[in-house]
Amino acid sequence: MLSKRIIACLDVRDGCVVKGVNFEGLRSAGDPAELAIRYNQEGIDEVVILDVTATIEKRKALADTIHAVAQHIFLPLCVGGGIRDEQHAEAAIEAGADKVSLNTAAVTNPELITALARRYGSQAVIVAIDAKRDGDRFKIYVRSGQQSTGRDAVEWATEAADRGAGEILLTSIDCDGTKSGFDCPLTATVSEAVSIPVIASGGAGTFDHFVKVFAVGKADAALAASIFHYSEHAVADLKAHLTQAGIPVRT
Amino acid sequence: MIALIDYRAGNLTSVRKALTHLGASYVTPTSPDELETCSGVIVPGVGNFRATEALDGDWTPAIQRAVEHSVPLLGICLGLQWLFSGSDEAPGLPGLGTMSGTCALIKNPNQPEDGAGPFKVPHVGWNSLHLRRPSWLLEGLQDGDQVYFTHSFAAPVTTDCVASTSYGIEFASVVERDHIAGVQFHPEKSGDVGLTILRNFLARVGTSARRATNAL
Repeated sequence: MLSKRIIACLDVRDGCVVKGVNFEGLRSAGDPAELAIRYNQEGIDEVVILDVTATIEKRKALADTIHAVAQHIFLPLCVGGGIRDEQHAEAAIEAGADKVSLNTAAVTNPELITALARRYGSQAVIVAIDAKRDGDRFKIYVRSGQQSTGRDAVEWATEAADRGAGEILLTSIDCDGTKSGFDCPLTATVSEAVSIPVIASGGAGTFDHFVKVFAVGKADAALAASIFHYSEHAVADLKAHLTQAGIPVRT
Repeated sequence: MIALIDYRAGNLTSVRKALTHLGASYVTPTSPDELETCSGVIVPGVGNFRATEALDGDWTPAIQRAVEHSVPLLGICLGLQWLFSGSDEAPGLPGLGTMSGTCALIKNPNQPEDGAGPFKVPHVGWNSLHLRRPSWLLEGLQDGDQVYFTHSFAAPVTTDCVASTSYGIEFASVVERDHIAGVQFHPEKSGDVGLTILRNFLARVGTSARRATNAL
């Protein structure tokens, strides 16, 4: 049976792992390669490096970070944050990323999804969507959740899949950093609308939140950062908890 | 020396990284003639079967010759599919044809009408290997060990299948005939289980090379 994936996100700034609360107020949590090695030993299924500053001058630092992490772990590695064009994607992939995650650039230049899918295959292209509840629907935001686009999240996810995205990384702006649980209605709505895997993100605070996002939110994978960063054995303990709850995971 | 064939079907960085980690020497040949001095061949690749068209011409016969000289061959992902006669993904385009059968789009014949959401293709993520018979490539693995897949088309279960995986259908996740083998998943991204498989391939390459030297 296909396992539900547990993905650790490393929010990286200037080569160090940080974690924001509602995208603000970052605090340091360590060396990316060191953390990735620990997660690998604990049984993490995949790692995402998210460059949270992503300025042009810092591109070289990011490539060094990707390279350092990729040397030590033999797991799928995704890189996102500030990937605006094919050159940025190429630099990340050359440094050792298996997948790149596009957010703002996918919205402003959707042809980039198709161009990268043609060049590297759909499996290498993740479209990241930051969504916020608006009445009965969900609207997407860009530029680190700062700018509203007025676009509907389900429509955009469907379009991204049609254009060649291999997976959707879906972050709930309402839940991100709150530790109050994933946004299950958002995740289920998008997951049922597309035929590509959906990774739920934002709001993980307890192990039961993961059970719920798989069982109720119909997520194919769940991503978190701080829940793994600040406690020992969290990945292994989470997987034991999921197994007990009847959720198939790799152990 | 292992020949890692680059036919522009995806990025080879992670395969290179894993081989380096395991201490293997490898080259990415720029001409098919270079295969004559290689002791092992790896055909990686992701994406559309159409990409294997780049192997037509001089590469396929060169790989064929290496295989006839008992050089171990490992196909990874698209490289496994290429070992078969062809794929529905690119009708009319032949594969190497070592394994009989054609690769087809993954389907779920028992898709429930409601409640489960869509049956998702591509098949992305970690899934189990059902070991079907002894295999040099899978030496040291346990039944149920999980590996990382990302693909939409899959090979049929035939007598060459040494491990199968279930996703909608049961498909061949590892095939093996003598010194020719293929894996549908990515051993270079499958943690310790994947590294064990690559190590087994390197061991087979070492044994074959020694045998060839002794025969001279």
